[in-house]
Amino acid sequence: MQTGAARFDFPGFKVLTFLCLFILYAPLLVVTVYSFNDSRSITTWGGFSLRWYVDVFTGPDSAKFQSAAFNSFSIALIAATVATAIATSAALAMVRGGRFKLRTATFGLISLPILVPEIVTAVAMLIFFNAIGFTRGYTSILIAHIAFCIPFAYLPISARMQGIEGVYEQAAMDLYAGRAQAFRRVLLPMMMPGIISGFLLAFIISLDDFIITNFVKGAGIETLPTAIFGSVKQGLRPNIMAISTMLLVFSTVIVTLSWLVSRIDRTK
Amino acid sequence: MAGGAASGGNATSEAYAPARGWLLLPTWVVLGIVVLAPIVLMLIYSFLTKEFRGGVIWEFSVDAYDQFFFDRGLFGDDAPTIQWAYIQIFWRSIWQATLATIFCLLIGFPTAYFIATRPANQRTIWVFLITIPYWVNLLIRTVSMRFILRDQGPLNDLLQWTGIVAEPLTIINTNLGVQIGLFYSYLPFMVLPLYAAIERYNFSLSEAASDLYAPRHKILTRIVLPAVKPGLIAGCILVFVPSLGSFLAPDLLGGARNFMIGSLIDEQFRGSAGNWPFGAAASMILLTLVLLVLMVLARQQARLEKGAG
Repeated sequence: MQTGAARFDFPGFKVLTFLCLFILYAPLLVVTVYSFNDSRSITTWGGFSLRWYVDVFTGPDSAKFQSAAFNSFSIALIAATVATAIATSAALAMVRGGRFKLRTATFGLISLPILVPEIVTAVAMLIFFNAIGFTRGYTSILIAHIAFCIPFAYLPISARMQGIEGVYEQAAMDLYAGRAQAFRRVLLPMMMPGIISGFLLAFIISLDDFIITNFVKGAGIETLPTAIFGSVKQGLRPNIMAISTMLLVFSTVIVTLSWLVSRIDRTK
Repeated sequence: MAGGAASGGNATSEAYAPARGWLLLPTWVVLGIVVLAPIVLMLIYSFLTKEFRGGVIWEFSVDAYDQFFFDRGLFGDDAPTIQWAYIQIFWRSIWQATLATIFCLLIGFPTAYFIATRPANQRTIWVFLITIPYWVNLLIRTVSMRFILRDQGPLNDLLQWTGIVAEPLTIINTNLGVQIGLFYSYLPFMVLPLYAAIERYNFSLSEAASDLYAPRHKILTRIVLPAVKPGLIAGCILVFVPSLGSFLAPDLLGGARNFMIGSLIDEQFRGSAGNWPFGAAASMILLTLVLLVLMVLARQQARLEKGAG
């Protein structure tokens, strides 16, 4: 079967695939290499050095970046956790709740943050917080992040739940397990790979967000993306490349984790 | 996993039916209050009067839409003529998003096809390689593009070193720069759904066509492409929609002359020079455009499914 599929391969496609990967990775690799540049200038190569990594932690901007990093990671952690809980609960109703009148409308509501252009959501949320007189700051960022993380957590969780046949819970209940017990001891463990993927995806989406955060954050608070954006606007400095490289490595670790979780999932 | 979606959960598919109101309540409350209600509020704001320090006065007005489409001179009392400035920005955005979709398709389809025709164990590694850039911070990816494309950046160094150009090419602050940024930003969004569709495609159909002496390129255009059309449409949506409203690529790689909708909207909410009703109106027009595109494509999708079933 596999050799059969490979028979319909086109020779040029392999070249284009490598080109595609080259395009995707080249800019990231170049920035990583230049983050180790000893020179103050971003144009000339002055030898290998870790000075810009030291600069990020001890330099003049270090306090700003540290508080931005704290805000970003704490918001991502809380938003992803809450969004995952809400999405799991929604998936139970949507996948295991039979047919009901509001099902399509609910699905539309869940998809809304994905379908609507991010800048439109950002404007809408800014207007909303302003209209109800909510002071913009850490809490408004957190509320916004919880909301737009829900669909990203929902997709892997509901996909996983659809993949689990009902017979397992049925068997548990036939053996006199209550519905709560069947959920906690049978369905939940089987759903774990989906829940973990959903959580990680939501976490990364929250950590990465710039546009919505920039609109709802108000003055005097920064997350990593808004702090990086502000710095870049004043000119590309090597310390930005060091921060970018660290975030890049962090994202790669998270994707790898998510990938490994889905591999465990396959062997079941 | 593939068969599960159809057959899974039948025995207890109603198990949580009695509790579904409670289970959905948090979703309704959070998304209803924080996403849906604000969009409705934005629609209302687009029909209000602008306040000069940013913000609105609660008085009905169509000024925002009027300003978008008509030019009434400096004092607002000339005969209205069509205001092309904003329509041009929208047109440029649609054009840039369309081009980005086409380029992503041209390189994304061969990539997805190549990956889908690898043996199963290699496929996961290829997909993994595409997934990493997909998860890397979009801001960082755009910043690294800006670093590469600079006048004294690595790309120009390479071009000059190889003698392809004598003087550095100016790419930043041009439409080309924005286009490269959009293409680069959303390329993985094209590859992944296309791959998912081609992987599900049954290659014994290609075998059958081949047995009947169909040439390989005909098999691709007549059999594979129609069969993977849902994936094709999904990929195009995932590139076109975010490109249309994108902010980072035009802001960091374009300049004031390469304005796209995102920058126009952003400007209305920055500082006291902004115009909230106008920003809300521009957002509504963008949202309407996106919904129109989605509706057209969704109808196509539905027709395809009907054809298949």
